[in-house]
Amino acid sequence: MADEEQTSEVRTPAGVLNSSRGRELPDGETSRELLRQMALIRRFEEEAGRQYQRAKAGGFLHLAIGEEATIVGTTSVMAPDDYLIGTYRTHGHAIARGTDPKNVMAELFGREDGTARGRGGSMHIFDGDRRFMGGYGIVGGNLPIAAGLALASDYKGTDDVTVCMFGDGASNTGNFGETMNLAALWSLPIVFLVENNLYGMGTAIERHSAVTDLSHKAEGLGVPGERVDGQDVVAIRECVADHLEIARRDRRPTLVEAFTYRYRGHSAADPEVYRDKHEVEEWQRRDPIEIFARRLIEAGTITEDDLASIREQVEAEVLEAVEFADASPEPPLDSLYDNLYVFEKEHEGWYAVDERTPDPFRGEREREAAEDERVRELHEAGAAYGGQSPRSGGGSGEGPAEETDAPADSAQSEEEGEVDAEQAAESRQQGPGGIG
Amino acid sequence: MAAMRMREALNAALREEMERDESVVLMGEDIAVFEGAFKVTQGLMDQFGERRVRDTPISENTIVGTGVGAAMAGLRPVVELMTVNFSLLAFDQIINHAAAIPYMFNGQVRVPLVIRMPGGGGHQLGPTHSHSFEAMFLQIPGLLVACPSTAADGKGLLKAAIRDDNPVIFVEHETLYGIRGEVPDDPDHIVDFGSAAVRREGGDVTIIGILKMAHEAERAAETLASEHGIEAEVIDPRTLRPLDLDTILESVRKTNRVVIVEEGWPHGGVGANLAALIQEQAFDHLDAPIQRVTGADVPMPYSKRLEQSAIPHPEHVVSAVLETMIGAKPRA
Repeated sequence: MADEEQTSEVRTPAGVLNSSRGRELPDGETSRELLRQMALIRRFEEEAGRQYQRAKAGGFLHLAIGEEATIVGTTSVMAPDDYLIGTYRTHGHAIARGTDPKNVMAELFGREDGTARGRGGSMHIFDGDRRFMGGYGIVGGNLPIAAGLALASDYKGTDDVTVCMFGDGASNTGNFGETMNLAALWSLPIVFLVENNLYGMGTAIERHSAVTDLSHKAEGLGVPGERVDGQDVVAIRECVADHLEIARRDRRPTLVEAFTYRYRGHSAADPEVYRDKHEVEEWQRRDPIEIFARRLIEAGTITEDDLASIREQVEAEVLEAVEFADASPEPPLDSLYDNLYVFEKEHEGWYAVDERTPDPFRGEREREAAEDERVRELHEAGAAYGGQSPRSGGGSGEGPAEETDAPADSAQSEEEGEVDAEQAAESRQQGPGGIG
Repeated sequence: MAAMRMREALNAALREEMERDESVVLMGEDIAVFEGAFKVTQGLMDQFGERRVRDTPISENTIVGTGVGAAMAGLRPVVELMTVNFSLLAFDQIINHAAAIPYMFNGQVRVPLVIRMPGGGGHQLGPTHSHSFEAMFLQIPGLLVACPSTAADGKGLLKAAIRDDNPVIFVEHETLYGIRGEVPDDPDHIVDFGSAAVRREGGDVTIIGILKMAHEAERAAETLASEHGIEAEVIDPRTLRPLDLDTILESVRKTNRVVIVEEGWPHGGVGANLAALIQEQAFDHLDAPIQRVTGADVPMPYSKRLEQSAIPHPEHVVSAVLETMIGAKPRA
C-alpha cells in the first residue's frame, strides 16, 4: 500500500506536480513501440530543423523536441476512430497517429506528396484517414472545432472521443472559456489536453496566466482537470486512458494538463532570450526519451543493443523521408485553385476571379486558362520568385533564382539574385521579431 | 405556390431540409426555446427536438467553430448569428477556419456549413446592429455568399445552401422578413447559386441591386418608366459568390449603362467589385461611367431621420440613372 501512495514531485514555475501515475510499465511490445515512436519524432524534428536551416523548408517551423512523451503517450491509448486535433506544433502528432513521416516531410518541403500537397505547410498537417483532424495556426482556433467533432460523434451515437491538444498560451484565448462552457453544457465526449511547456511563445506562464495551475483553469466552467508529468510517457498514457474512458463512458469533457518542455525555441527563428540556459539543461535531465529508455533497460525490457537498433532504424526512416521529400515534385502551378470549392455539378457563375493576367479568368478554370501561353508565362514568372523548380521545368528565368528569406525579413528580401542557404539560415536566426 | 412571408419561407426551407436529411442540425443563440430573434426557427424545436435545434451560449466564435468541426465530421449544421454585426466576433472561425480548411488540407475534408445572419438598417438599431457586410464576406475565397431578396429566393437559396458542400454565408435583411411573395411548394424547389434573376426587362440602363436594394431598384425602374420614359433592366444577382457575371454582362451589352445599388459602405463594396469586373469585361460597351448608389460612409446612426437618410432609396437610384443617361439619344 505504502508503495502505491508514493508520488513523484516536479517543481516548475507553474507549480508543483505530485503524481502517482506511471508506476507500472506497459508490456514489452508496447513499451518498445512507445520508445520507437518517441525516438522517431525526435529524429524527425531534429532533421526538420536541419532542413529548415538548409532552406528546404520555409515559413515558420515549430519543433516538439522534448514533448514527445506527451504526444506518444496520448495517441498510444486512443482508439483508431477517435479524433485528434492539435496546434501548429504537430508533425509528431500526425506521425504518432500513423501518418508516414515521408508525407509530413514533403509537406514541410511544400511538395506534391505532402499531407496537404504543399497547401498547408508545417503548421497545417492533416490526415483525415487517421482522424488526425489537423494542425492549426491560430492559437486556440482548434478548440471550437474539437467541440464540433465531438458534437458530431455524440449526434451520430458513436463512442468516438475527440482529443483536443493545445498549449498553455491558448488557455488565455476567448475560445478556451467559450469552448469549455459549451462542451460541459452539451456533455461532449472530449479530452482537452494542455501541453503546458511553460511558455506562450516567449512569455513565461507566470507572466501570461493569472492562474498557473491550468488543470483548475476550466473548473469554474464545468470541466475538471488533472495534472500529469508530460515527460513520463507511462504516466501520461495512464492518465489519458482514464480520461478517454470518462469521455467515452460518462459522456463529459475533462482536461489534462501535461507538464512538458520544448528544448528548442518556440520556432526555429527564436533567439530564446526569455529563458535561462540552466533551466533548459535542468529539463534536459528529464528528457522523456532518455528516462524511458533507461527505465526499460533497467527493467530488462530492452538491451543497450535494442536501443541502438531503434536509433538506427529511426535514423534510416527519417533520412529516407528527407530523400523522398526532396524527390517529390513541386505542385503544378495550374493546381493553384484545386479544392478551393467543391463542385457537385457543372457550376454556374464565377466562384473565384483571377486577376493576375490582363483578362481576368475564373479560378476554377485555372487549367484551361493556363493553356494560353501568355497566361502560363505570367504564372511561371511569378513562381520563379519562389525559386526554379528543376522538376516542373522552371519559368521565364527572369525572377530571382533562390529567394529563401524567412518571412518578415525585409532586408533580405530586397536583395537581388541568389541567396544561399547559409544566408537564409542566418537571416532566420536573426529572426523575424514578430510571431516567429 | 403559396403566398408566404420571407420568414415563413426560410422556416419552410429549414423544416423541409431537416425532414429530408437527418444530418441537418441548427445551432444559434435563442433559436430553440425563444424561436429566434426574428422567429425564423419558429416551431422547429417542437418538431425536431433539442437534439437538432440547439440553443447556444453567447459565444459566436465557438458557435461557428463548433459548426465547422461538426461539418468536418459529417453533419450539415446551419448556424444562426443574431445579426451580421455579431459575425465579427466569429471572423476567426469564418475566415481562418471555415473558408481555409478545405483548401489548406487539400480537399481531404469538406465544410458543408451554412451561417445565417440578418443585417441591414431600417429598425433604428444603431451602429452595432444594422450593418451590411456582404462585401467583406464576398472577399473571402472559400466562402459562398447568398443574399435573397424575395420569399421564393429565400426558400430556394437556403435549401441550395444547406445541400451545398461549401461553407455558405447566408445574409438576410431584417426589413425583408415580413415581405410576402408566392413560394413554390415543391420540396425540391432550389434556386441554383450563380444564377441571377432579371426582375424587369429594359433596354436603356441596367440596375443591379441586392437584398432590400433589389426592391428599391425595381421601384426606381417604375418611376423611370412612368416619369422619364426610361426602361431599366433590373437584375438581382441573388448570390455574390458564385456571381452570375454572364447575365449582368449580357444586359450591359444591351443597355450600355449601369447603376449598382447596395446598402453597404462604398469603399471596397459590392458595387466597387462589380464595377471593376464590368469595366474589365465590357469596357467597349459602356457609354457612361458606372454609377454606384451605396449606404452613407458612416456607422449607422440611430435617429430615424438620420438612419433613413443614410440608406439608399428609389430617389437616389433614379438620380443616378438620370446621370448615366446624360447625352443619351432619346429613344425612338
